[in-house]
Amino acid sequence: MALPAFLMFVAFAVIPLIGVLALSFTQWDGIGDIHPAGFDSWRDVLTDPGLPNALWVTFEVMFLSWAFQTPLSLLIGVFLAAPHRYRGVLAVIYFIPLLLSQAAIAITFKALLDPNFGLGAGLGVDLLVQDWLGDPTLALCTVVFVVSWQFIPFHSLIYQGAVRQIPISLYEAAQLDGAGRIRQFFSITLPQLRNTIITSSTLMVVGSLTFFDLIWVLTAGGPGDATRALALDMYIRGFRANLMGPASAIAVILVVVGLLLALALRRLGGGRDTGSQLEGM
Amino acid sequence: MTASTLERPAPYRKLLHLNWIGGLAGWFWLFVVIVPIYWIALTSIKTRSNYYTTNPLAPPDDITFSNYQFVMDAGFPRYFTNTVIVTLGAVVPAVLISFMAAFAIVRAGDGRFLRGVNLLFLAGLAVPLQAVIIPVYLIIIKLQLYDTLLAIILPSVAFAIPLTVLILVNFIRDVPKELFESMRLDGASEWRTAWSLAFPLTRPALVTVGIYNALTIWNGFLLPLVLTSEPDQRTLPLALWSFQGQYGVNVPAVAAAVVLTTLPILALYAIGRRQLLSGLTAGFGR
Repeated sequence: MALPAFLMFVAFAVIPLIGVLALSFTQWDGIGDIHPAGFDSWRDVLTDPGLPNALWVTFEVMFLSWAFQTPLSLLIGVFLAAPHRYRGVLAVIYFIPLLLSQAAIAITFKALLDPNFGLGAGLGVDLLVQDWLGDPTLALCTVVFVVSWQFIPFHSLIYQGAVRQIPISLYEAAQLDGAGRIRQFFSITLPQLRNTIITSSTLMVVGSLTFFDLIWVLTAGGPGDATRALALDMYIRGFRANLMGPASAIAVILVVVGLLLALALRRLGGGRDTGSQLEGM
Repeated sequence: MTASTLERPAPYRKLLHLNWIGGLAGWFWLFVVIVPIYWIALTSIKTRSNYYTTNPLAPPDDITFSNYQFVMDAGFPRYFTNTVIVTLGAVVPAVLISFMAAFAIVRAGDGRFLRGVNLLFLAGLAVPLQAVIIPVYLIIIKLQLYDTLLAIILPSVAFAIPLTVLILVNFIRDVPKELFESMRLDGASEWRTAWSLAFPLTRPALVTVGIYNALTIWNGFLLPLVLTSEPDQRTLPLALWSFQGQYGVNVPAVAAAVVLTTLPILALYAIGRRQLLSGLTAGFGR
């Protein structure tokens, strides 16, 4: 009974995974014949200054979105875990960005951030009137912000669930010992959330390797190649420049980097405990 | 377990109340989430000239639905139909074959092949679609499916399988063994046990994974982008992208297009919210 699922998965995931490695040793323009090319594609990719740039952009987006999303999600999660009147409404609205397609989100923000007719100009707030997508540094930060707009709600919900699992007796004991609210947060809440922080961070870090729709629609990798992250670099090389060999090499790098990061973060988390949750995503 | 339905004992109120830093972050982010949504809905009912003359957050001088008319005339009903076909065409088979696989995996216990299959799916969770898109493109061309909806459906099914199986395995494991035993003693085949015992019992989880996969596939962008080129075979996210390229200067029309592509998914979420969240927590929590 497992056969249909097994065959489907082998045909469209396992074989392609082997195939991408094979294709990285060929030359193919996407339409014509495929020619073996030895290490040509790899040499091209590894000597191309585009690769360090793509890796660096990927790392920047990864790190910045992690650094921005983690504290905010954590705070919001702790806030949401407490009982208060609007929690139901809040939870519903928080979830909406996760439902929207990345294309829709990117298009919305592109119009919203337009320096001439967007929100900033319309409201007459000079601080908001920037060339958000035209300036290389700003464009990268804008991408990080829009990514966070979509995913902070998700991570808040993870933290919300985790905070509710912290035994209440810990707080009672702390209160008896006279620990204040802030002390309680740093001595109880934060340590108790250790595994959740690692899980959530892993999802952020590994997930950020695959950002594609959003960046493609928002900036198409520009200005210049300021937001040309790894997955985007692969798409542009393969399907825009018709260099499927080098694009496959980039795809292999993508898989390897993803696996290394997942393993590293898993080790950081002490392995077994976070394992099941990691696999769950 | 739906997080929002959990009741806390009374002391929690005292302990977690008045968390003003978290509250500040929470309300601030709520504002950040709402403004773009409000803005896009508002812009979609403004006339083009009104859009350039009013405050972006102020209501329009007069409400117009001409933007929606424009988008409908630009072929959106067709893209909507395509997206429905792709979504249903991928979700239904994906959930059914995943259910069969999950049932077999749970029932097999120590069976070596099925344990291997299970491990393969678990490992498969780590394979991003982006990384294998070039060989998938090659396979679709060789199957002569390029520029058909089936080209989008087949890989969508495959990539839905790992997570769906994982969640369903967790769920089917909770079915008491005695029920399976009594089915067996009654002489029912495994096939019959799967469909007339496990399937109905697993329904909440099936709905959850159904909704989750529907969301993912409805919003899918990379597969239609790479595997189709005819405007006739476009799905909504891709249509939205090319529409924006074509009519980008007509912001109210683009806004209407965004609203139209988003509404169906919001409706689906409204219907299945509880189910989706509770099922996902159950699937991920273990």
